[in-house]
Amino acid sequence: MSQTNMSAVDYNFDVVRQFTVMTVIWGLVGTLVGVLIAAQLIWPALNFDTPWLTYSRLRPLHTNAVIFAFGTSALFATSYYVVQRTCKTALFGGKLVAFTFWGWQAIILSAIITLPMGYTTSKEYAELEWPIDIAIAVVWVCYAIVFFGTLAKRKTSHIYVANWFYGAFIITIAVLHIGNSMAIPVSMMKSYSIYSGATDAMMQWWYGHNAVGFLLTAGFLGMMYYFVPKQAERPVYSYRLSIVHFWALISLYIWAGPHHLHYTALPDWTQSVGMVMSIVLFLPSWGGMINGIMTLSGAWHKLRNDPILRFLIVSLSFYGMSTFEGPMMAIKSVNALSHYTDWTIGHVHSGALGWVAMVSIGAMYHMIPLLFNQGRMYSIKLINTHFWIHTAGIILYIVAMWISGVMQGLMWRATNTDGTLTYSFIESVTASHPFYIMRFLGGVLVVAGFVIMLYNMIKTIRAADGSLQPIEAV
Amino acid sequence: MDYGTIRGLFTLLIFALFIVIVIWSYSKKRQSSFDEIANSILDDDLKPAHPNQQSKQETNNNV
Repeated sequence: MSQTNMSAVDYNFDVVRQFTVMTVIWGLVGTLVGVLIAAQLIWPALNFDTPWLTYSRLRPLHTNAVIFAFGTSALFATSYYVVQRTCKTALFGGKLVAFTFWGWQAIILSAIITLPMGYTTSKEYAELEWPIDIAIAVVWVCYAIVFFGTLAKRKTSHIYVANWFYGAFIITIAVLHIGNSMAIPVSMMKSYSIYSGATDAMMQWWYGHNAVGFLLTAGFLGMMYYFVPKQAERPVYSYRLSIVHFWALISLYIWAGPHHLHYTALPDWTQSVGMVMSIVLFLPSWGGMINGIMTLSGAWHKLRNDPILRFLIVSLSFYGMSTFEGPMMAIKSVNALSHYTDWTIGHVHSGALGWVAMVSIGAMYHMIPLLFNQGRMYSIKLINTHFWIHTAGIILYIVAMWISGVMQGLMWRATNTDGTLTYSFIESVTASHPFYIMRFLGGVLVVAGFVIMLYNMIKTIRAADGSLQPIEAV
Repeated sequence: MDYGTIRGLFTLLIFALFIVIVIWSYSKKRQSSFDEIANSILDDDLKPAHPNQQSKQETNNNV
């Protein structure tokens, strides 16, 4: 029944194809900029005394490229794909759909131009100046219209759980972006936040942590709830757990922001509330992770010959790892050691390269053949190579940052018997040097993985229609 | 009632709502429909691939 229904639906896959291709390209660009700034921390001369090549300007370019170009393109691609497939209807919105693609790419391009030029609001992950912020809000509202319009005209009675997560992500990012970006423009490329002092800091991390919570978590959980069951060819472990997971996650995440501001001018009770809420957050996070991984229960052998499934399942292991590490780092006494050190950078990258990138890469490898009328990717072997290179890269990266971070924390707090500091700051920088080289090598491996992925994607797209036949599982 | 009390009661309300969601989602009655929803994404295959050559060409040009 569903088979005949299926062929009748004329899905809009053009926009999905566009976002998919751009996801891979931005993944490569974003990590490449990351490797460049990692190299600058080892060899400072690499900025060539050029203002727009300095670390301070390229670092926001790196974070914007990986979060808003790579990650968000992946979310656009998969949400447009999943909402159509699960609602058995084409995208709502007509020309708005193409506008979200070109609008979003134009925003990325404007970030690539303005950030190296030094235009910045100086708010982390919200550096873009006010004209671009307005453009983001406009494109985002169109995205919401397309997504929820499609849900409204669905041909199914229910709304599959993946769409709940995508929907929460779209609404919350709109609220966060508009709330935090409120500013008074003083010229074309300069504005001042309407918030001041500790309130400004609180707004910033209410935004910042929930960008992690709703863009980098809820959105990608939507991806997980569709692509893990699909690739494993089994229904999700527990649908009821997914409902409880959804409501628990979205009602708790919003309170965790203050853990970015421990021991600052923020009121003490606010810091403690942020700490407690961050610890409680461990529960829904692991509920979701278990739900995803246990989908394979009774079919673990599939991991042996399916590198795409391996990407998806290992992404969940990294998700579990970083959502355990996160609540721990939010504890004030642990934070006293970890804050401002490389440990934080390691934590972020275990989430970003492990969870976000791996689940996206898995979803892309699943989708690309379907979008381009093929039975499989051009080379399964290369997917496997990508998996191992990417995994090795992450491990090099996070191990280097763990060691460097804890070492920095210990060196900065060490005092002599007379109360003076044992180490000068530059001594901790020198001590971190070997670990920066190790981190750089990890980054190079991740970039190499993306190059392989790009090659594999181009070969798949270029192949004659239907020429790549699926390989029967042994 | 002052602002603090209202907020406290609101928190309790949200908490109660959450408990209701848990009980609702784990009730025996919902089992079969949840199984159906969970399986629904697996039933539909793109297999009878409607080879839309044109859109494929388009995308090729973009790459």
